[in-house]
Amino acid sequence: MGDILALLFNTAVFAAALRMATPLIFAALGGIFSERSGVVNIALEGMMLIGSFTAMFVSHHTGMPWMGVLGAVLAGLIVGLLHAVFCIRYRANQVVVGTAINIFAGGLTVFLLRYYFGAAGTSPSVATVSDITIPIISQIPWIGRIIGRQNPLVYLAILAVVAAHIVIYKTSWGLRLRAVGEHPRAADTVGVNVYRMRYLAVALSGALAGLGGTYLSIAHLSRFSEGMTAGRGFIALAAVIFGKWTPFGALGACLFFGYADALQMRLQDVGVPTQFMNMLPYVLTMVALAGFIGKSVGPKAAGEPYIKG
Amino acid sequence: MDKVLEMRAITKQFPRVLANDRVDFDLNYGEIHALVGENGSGKSTLMNILYGLYQSDSGEIFVRGKKVDIHEPRVAIDLRIGMVFQHFMLVEPLTVAENIVLGSELRKGPFLDTKRAIQEVEDLSNRYGLRIDPRARIDDLSVGLQQRVEILKALYRGAEILILDEPTAVLTPQEVEDLFKVLLSLKEQGTSIVFITHKIKEVLAVSDRVSVLRRGRKIGTKATAETNEQDLAEMMVGRVVLLNVEKEPAKPGAEVLRIENLTVKDQFGQEKVRGVDLSVRSGEVLGIAGVEGNGQSELVEAIAGLQKAAGGKIFLGEQEITNWSPLRIREAGFGMVPEDRHRRGLVLDYSVADNLILGLHGKKPFVHYGMWRDDKAVYANAEEIIEQYDIRPPVATQPARSLSGGNQQKIVVGREFTQNPRLLICAQPTRGVDVGAIEFIHQQVIAQRDQGAAVLLVSAELDEIFSLSDRIAVMYNGQIVSVMPAAEVTEHKLGFLMLGGRLEDYEAHEVSGNAKQD
Repeated sequence: MGDILALLFNTAVFAAALRMATPLIFAALGGIFSERSGVVNIALEGMMLIGSFTAMFVSHHTGMPWMGVLGAVLAGLIVGLLHAVFCIRYRANQVVVGTAINIFAGGLTVFLLRYYFGAAGTSPSVATVSDITIPIISQIPWIGRIIGRQNPLVYLAILAVVAAHIVIYKTSWGLRLRAVGEHPRAADTVGVNVYRMRYLAVALSGALAGLGGTYLSIAHLSRFSEGMTAGRGFIALAAVIFGKWTPFGALGACLFFGYADALQMRLQDVGVPTQFMNMLPYVLTMVALAGFIGKSVGPKAAGEPYIKG
Repeated sequence: MDKVLEMRAITKQFPRVLANDRVDFDLNYGEIHALVGENGSGKSTLMNILYGLYQSDSGEIFVRGKKVDIHEPRVAIDLRIGMVFQHFMLVEPLTVAENIVLGSELRKGPFLDTKRAIQEVEDLSNRYGLRIDPRARIDDLSVGLQQRVEILKALYRGAEILILDEPTAVLTPQEVEDLFKVLLSLKEQGTSIVFITHKIKEVLAVSDRVSVLRRGRKIGTKATAETNEQDLAEMMVGRVVLLNVEKEPAKPGAEVLRIENLTVKDQFGQEKVRGVDLSVRSGEVLGIAGVEGNGQSELVEAIAGLQKAAGGKIFLGEQEITNWSPLRIREAGFGMVPEDRHRRGLVLDYSVADNLILGLHGKKPFVHYGMWRDDKAVYANAEEIIEQYDIRPPVATQPARSLSGGNQQKIVVGREFTQNPRLLICAQPTRGVDVGAIEFIHQQVIAQRDQGAAVLLVSAELDEIFSLSDRIAVMYNGQIVSVMPAAEVTEHKLGFLMLGGRLEDYEAHEVSGNAKQD
């Protein structure tokens, strides 16, 4: 019993939880921006995957991992715009477009990987964004061992949550974003440009998902491998719902899912199957949607194309 | 220059209808100009063009003497034109203040200045006497208060021309009176108001001038003082309209509906109907008056079997029907015009013909051997009811959604009435229905009564209660306050009882009031 408790509160597990949560946090924030504007984004998975690949690819060619980060953000943004054009301009079914992007991303990254590197499966090792130590914090007992030495992207993810909260709740852009996702016609009648808001939000969503993908290929690992997001885009989506479409709520959900992920390796020794931990995010999402932990209701207009006039 | 707004020869063609046909409209400074017409006569279209939501095909608009091109709402807002929509343009999870400033936010740098927004909304609501809590969330507010927010939204943007699209359609009589007070005080402060409605009484109550549209054309503009109810009704409909139903005194027969100590609870276990006793006899109309939300809906749904009775008994004739299934109750001789035709009365995406057999769809002659649908019988039935109830356009294959409110209601009325039920419930039978159709539906209700049906009428419109009922009951807070012969009821008395007053108090008050006058 004592062993298990020690395991549950192990600082190494907590530190790992934070790392596992990082890509989820970025993608979940992306999901929040998109859905808050009224566009369902199930393409987070594909956007992350393309981000992962691009980060590796740019880092490989420039030797500068931060250029890889930038490249991934741009690539995500472009895929986001693609999603936006189909969903907003052509009013295509948002779930279908998202699914198409996911399949497209899976195929494209495999194709490019084989085309450029010949190798099946994984890319060569590339330069990564390396961990940093925060001087004073790392000295604090216990806490220091969790957050004192981490990857810069981990810190960036936490900052992004705070920033997203401020943008959504404290700025006029955020007010308009929330209005557009709930009642676009109301926003339109007071002169808010619904289409522009949605384009911006979905593009931002793609950029954030791309950033999430970055972490996987040039921070957590130093290479890209086929399908390396492994459903994290969908887990991020689950975190959006579980966190009731709020940045801090999603952060909590991501940390929890990250924790479960970090724990699973160690729990195997105790006899809990990996598959059990893997299904946890989805089970919790269903519980959240069914309303057991307070009703989780999303933006009302999410998924509906807006037609002017 | 005394005109703040002039619209000249506005024409708008929609794919299937000519919504506005060379319509002229003008608005003086500081007047209330009522724009009336039946549903689909082009009132809302005209005002949506003014607000920049639609573009006209031809015609000119002048605001304060200057020709303008209003191609989007932003332009209208900048011209100080504000619009209060029939379906509110409010974002429900946001607060009152947030909704009011949306699109014209007060900012400190990129940040919202929430404190100042709340302050400004408070100032505004004080200035115009429109009290509201700026911090309240929209979805916690009553419909009347939500409309207040809509008006404040327009005023916040400095609206000098205020358009209200059917503002009273969603309000209770009390809220309507409050709204009229607000409009008159706005007018005093210099706001020019366009008031869209199809209720003639309201026109006469608040407007200075009135313009009538019919089928996209303007029929005329008159000073309100120089017109009257009959005159306006004829202009709207294009023929002589009987505003009061002609009827013989009732000849009540045997008791058809008897309710004993009925209790109905809502989903949260709250009692909505609390020990109601009621009796309706064949050949009479019993009208239930009351402010909406006092248990009328639950009472009706319990009789129809759509909600469970928590206690008490309901009899149809000799038979107890408490908590029977809706179908079984219908088959026992029950018909109903539900209060919300979209939710309960129609399947909007079904054709008129299919809507006309709802509830009968498993029966002969529409179905053979319980499985084969007989289209011929379905359409024959449809043609007959369409003709008899004057449903327009007379196309059986059209989806119900594409018909106007009045004609949708005629589908429901036609279907229910042609069954010749023993007990007929009409809940808000003319809500959102225009003058011509109201006249028709009222006549049909009386015809049913004269054929021997027991009619239970529930309405929030006092006029309707008065013109149809033989006896009037008042429902307040889940209880029937009193049942009186219609001849003994005045509007004043009814209003008193509807707000929870007791009959004894009213009579005592009347006596002392009369004594003082002497």
